[in-house]
Amino acid sequence: MMPDLFPALPEFFLVCAALVLLMVGVFRRGETADVVGVWATLALGMTALLVLAGDGERVTTFGGMFVTDRFAVFMKILVLTAAAMTLVMSLAWMRQERLGRFEFSVLILFAVLGMLMMISANDLMALYLGLELQSLSLYVVAASHRDSSRSTEAGLKYFVLGALASGLLLFGSSFVYGFTGQTGFDRIAEILKGVEGTSLGATVGVVFILAGLAFKVSAVPFHMWTPDVYEGAPTPVTAFFAVAPKMAALALLVRVLTGPFAAMIGQWQQVVVALAVGSMVLGAFAAINQTNIKRLMAYSSIGHVGYVLIGLAVGTATGVRGILVYLALYLAMNLGVFAVILSMRHKGRLAEEITDLSGLSKTHPLVAAALAALMFSMAGIPPLAGFFGKFYVFIAAVEAQMYVLAVIGVLSSVVGAFYYLRIVKIMYFDEPVEVLDPPPGRSITLVLTASSVVVLFFFLYPPPLLLQAEAAAASLFPG
Amino acid sequence: MTEWPLLSLVTFLPLVGAAVILTIRGEDALVARNARNVALLTSVVTFLVSLALWVHFNPETADFQFVEKAEWLPGLGVNYHMGVDGISVLFVLLSTFLTPLCILSSERAVTVRVKEYMIAFLVLETMMVGMFCALDLVPFYVFFEGVLIPMFIIIGVWGGPRRVYAAFKFFLYTLAGSVLMLLAMLAMYATATTTDIPTLMDFAFPKTMQTWLWLAFFASFAVKVPMWPVHTWLPDAHVEAPTAGSVILAGVLLKMGAYGFLRFSVPMFPDATDYFTPFVYTLSVVAVIYTSLVALAQEDMKKLIAYSSVAHMGFVTIGIFALTPQAVEGALFQMLSHGVVSGALFLCVGVVYERMHTREIAAYGGLVHRMPVYAFVFMVFMLGAVGLPGTSGFVGEFLVLLGVFRVNAWVAAFATTGVILGAVYMLYLYRRIIFGKLEKPALQGLLDLERREVLVFAPLLALVVWMGVSPASFLNVFHASVTALIEKNQVARTAAEVLVLAGP
Repeated sequence: MMPDLFPALPEFFLVCAALVLLMVGVFRRGETADVVGVWATLALGMTALLVLAGDGERVTTFGGMFVTDRFAVFMKILVLTAAAMTLVMSLAWMRQERLGRFEFSVLILFAVLGMLMMISANDLMALYLGLELQSLSLYVVAASHRDSSRSTEAGLKYFVLGALASGLLLFGSSFVYGFTGQTGFDRIAEILKGVEGTSLGATVGVVFILAGLAFKVSAVPFHMWTPDVYEGAPTPVTAFFAVAPKMAALALLVRVLTGPFAAMIGQWQQVVVALAVGSMVLGAFAAINQTNIKRLMAYSSIGHVGYVLIGLAVGTATGVRGILVYLALYLAMNLGVFAVILSMRHKGRLAEEITDLSGLSKTHPLVAAALAALMFSMAGIPPLAGFFGKFYVFIAAVEAQMYVLAVIGVLSSVVGAFYYLRIVKIMYFDEPVEVLDPPPGRSITLVLTASSVVVLFFFLYPPPLLLQAEAAAASLFPG
Repeated sequence: MTEWPLLSLVTFLPLVGAAVILTIRGEDALVARNARNVALLTSVVTFLVSLALWVHFNPETADFQFVEKAEWLPGLGVNYHMGVDGISVLFVLLSTFLTPLCILSSERAVTVRVKEYMIAFLVLETMMVGMFCALDLVPFYVFFEGVLIPMFIIIGVWGGPRRVYAAFKFFLYTLAGSVLMLLAMLAMYATATTTDIPTLMDFAFPKTMQTWLWLAFFASFAVKVPMWPVHTWLPDAHVEAPTAGSVILAGVLLKMGAYGFLRFSVPMFPDATDYFTPFVYTLSVVAVIYTSLVALAQEDMKKLIAYSSVAHMGFVTIGIFALTPQAVEGALFQMLSHGVVSGALFLCVGVVYERMHTREIAAYGGLVHRMPVYAFVFMVFMLGAVGLPGTSGFVGEFLVLLGVFRVNAWVAAFATTGVILGAVYMLYLYRRIIFGKLEKPALQGLLDLERREVLVFAPLLALVVWMGVSPASFLNVFHASVTALIEKNQVARTAAEVLVLAGP
């Protein structure tokens, strides 16, 4: 029987678009990077519309391997927004750096397709397929600046460690399959619910799956690759890595742990708590001494993943709501920060040191004000948006009476505030050294404006996001 | 009663001014002048609007007035809930009163990046006023923490040589305290399933929980007040901040901690308050005596006044936790008085600093010969700080001592030594700066107060005397609320005792 293709319509559209654009890139004469890039962005936008067109009810297809529900819709919109925004910004940057190649946009489309598959995965096989499609595209993208040894090193490092993580994940999946005899999430959940006590096989499986996914979200102690890859990869790639793949992997993590392995919360909760604490603390302390802004953002993202994992450790609908709010606001903040990083250059030369921002408030007052707001927001200072993300995550932790975790979380956010403040200090309290060039394209300015508007004024009218997040979280916990 | 959303108007009017300033473009000098004027105009209008609160406030009742309520965070039941009672209304006025004076006083002190400075000040005003009006935990926390951002910028950009260190210390100290309070608020929400402050005041938290919640709130407010031994950020912040920043810091920001004690710790955790009262007494007495002695040894005028602030706030915390009507009313009065007097003292320091660019006490002497008006103004505020009858300082300190004596004579005795020490260091400071021969050649060319400065000091001067001569016009405002607060606390404590006596 033919499976119902309708729930996967956005994915079908995206794969077709990616293939068509690949053909266009190959067969069209002359410079194709821009044309393909613009159409790729439009394709992402169209996919987002198709995602939104669904009514949000939970539907499975392909024999239960693929699922869409409100959680999937929410996360897919985040991933598509992140990808489209970074793609738009990359085009301007790539043009200026003369790195433009149409393959970049096409690879991004395939990576996004993999992410959408991950978000909708309802089976260990589907999970692995989506993850690998995403990862393989990203390995290439990381090394896309062929002539730079740092970029190729980043790509290789990411590939070797990523392959190891995929291996761990596959190994864990085989354990789970060996124990339950199933790969579908719904069936695994039923079987595990019926188990008395703990089963060693399933526990080992879950831990390995967790380790594999923790690598993808760069949670401590699987974070080693992040700073090097962030620093080595071309900046637009870093911007892309910082948001979309993390969102997809976190969505997958949420779905796997609260779905098939919900009954084993006693086993995985302590692991997630350890990951969360490690990430928050390391993210806060290791960032203090960084001088390269991309490395700093790497540690910052590790820290943020730690806070998100608090919501997961709680394992309730409140926790997932916290995660969703956090991720949506993190997306807005990160895009803005990378818009600034992408426009950092002195007289046409790339600048990546934090001190390059010295005195920005005098030379570019508006950019400095926007970045300062973003930094305060990342530090979680109200009334800026970042505070609400942390607020919702901590509510979940306190409600679940995980006080120690919450206290460690807020204290590491104070430590984290130090390095975010350092950037504000460099921009506002220090004297300018060299004047930065104006941003390379209007698209980057637009993204920065949009992101700072969200960060500054989210508090005025928060209900839309909060209600969507609540509904999306509830869809994972039926009944 | 008016139908206008007065509190929101007072809270957000400064933001409108800030937005207008943001749009000013053109030459630097022109931008600076326009920004100044817009800021001054906005803050004066805000003050006038806030006077309507004073006029329409009904002092007969302890209820919250001018209440506004709107849904804010759906799903949690968090509302944008504003309202003032006798405890908070005067602090709203204090904030709106001091801001225009600060803006006026910065005309000569701040000459670079005037536009940003004015925006920072207006945003700061919004945060301060909002904090005193908020009747829901989440908006309260948002305003409470939001204050840090403009203050960080003000200290860091327009401050003295060690401004970066001071700004970071200020920010991180206060943030570390506040995040614990945030967790306590979340725990309260998890237990009581509401974040509404008036509802929470009637909610009886379990006794062990109260202890933890009290400690978490204490971590935040004690840093803000600041109480010994977490006061060390204050001297640094004061010394490095520009004059107007110091005024706001001493005048309003320090009150936020004491206000927090009155709004949260005392009414919501009565058992824990009872339990920790000796602890607070001890810290406060140490603060009063120790920081007074430290103040005596200071070489820097601003540092001296900063330490005296810690000592004066020690009286406030003693008064709040004594929980007798006189003591609490005295504490509130002392907060207002200290807001005016210490703000004015920092302005006094600013006057000579602008002329001489030094705050070393040793660099001055004999100013009375060149600056008689200044000497008079400084004297009134100095005496206000000392607590001379007829000035505002006397009423607050006297009531606190009177109130606490009935509860604990020892605390009263120790605190009274603070009054004496206060007189010693203030008079000593005054003598070294104002009296004596005008020997230093640099001081020969000093000019007395100009018209703008007189304009800044006149309202402060009038207020200090008004509060000293006719304290009833202020005490009346908070009398009903304080009485209700203490009654509620007594009821809760007797209930707890009955529970203990009944036993299991």
